[in-house]
Amino acid sequence: MRTAVFLYCVKKIKCLLLPSAFLAGEQIQNNQIIMNQYETVFILTPVLSEQQMKEAVKDYEKFIKTEGAKMVSKEDWGLRKLAYPIQKKSNGFYTLFEFQAEPSFVANLELKFKRDERVIRFLTVKMDKFHVEYAEKRRNKKKEVKA
Amino acid sequence: MSKNEGEIRYLNPPSVEIKRDKYCRFEKYGIKFIDYKDPDYLLAFVNEQGKLLPRRLTGTSLKYQRKVAQAVKRARHLALMPYVSDLLK
Repeated sequence: MRTAVFLYCVKKIKCLLLPSAFLAGEQIQNNQIIMNQYETVFILTPVLSEQQMKEAVKDYEKFIKTEGAKMVSKEDWGLRKLAYPIQKKSNGFYTLFEFQAEPSFVANLELKFKRDERVIRFLTVKMDKFHVEYAEKRRNKKKEVKA
Repeated sequence: MSKNEGEIRYLNPPSVEIKRDKYCRFEKYGIKFIDYKDPDYLLAFVNEQGKLLPRRLTGTSLKYQRKVAQAVKRARHLALMPYVSDLLK
């Protein structure tokens, strides 16, 4: 706490004395890459065959890996019944991705989803610390069930 | 004078229901995150038509009621829960 106050004071003094130097410092801070953890669920049309569906999922996996994001986990829920029809379809392939990325990456990903006709619904959520904890627990449980 | 003198009669039957104290299940059991991917669990906070139940019925605290609402809305978007329905339960 004290150090924070001290740093704040230093910043203030710097700001008063050397505005240009202070600005430069600020820029460096802004250039630091902020990585957040996100979770994406998307639904693919049931029109696709099993193989086409897997290809589509692979496409997105590749996209996430190439754009400087880090994959944390992937989960396939398979063909599920929708609670209400979307685009006159009553089923869909659900896939869950968890990844770490910069905030700007999410916009790119969502644009890709919007352009893709195979995707009928998607949702990306930023994970807070409780969500991350929960996701880890969930994964461990799944592993136990499998083993 | 009536024949039933001395006998106590009620207009409405006296309520025998024991009032239980409501509590927030998230605060009691230390649940910090409400998963929108689990529609079966969220069913507890929704009525037969798929509408959110008020806090006064479920006893959820305001902090977690907001999170419940957020989770239900996300689940609806992903077609895990219906927006409108009949006889959900």
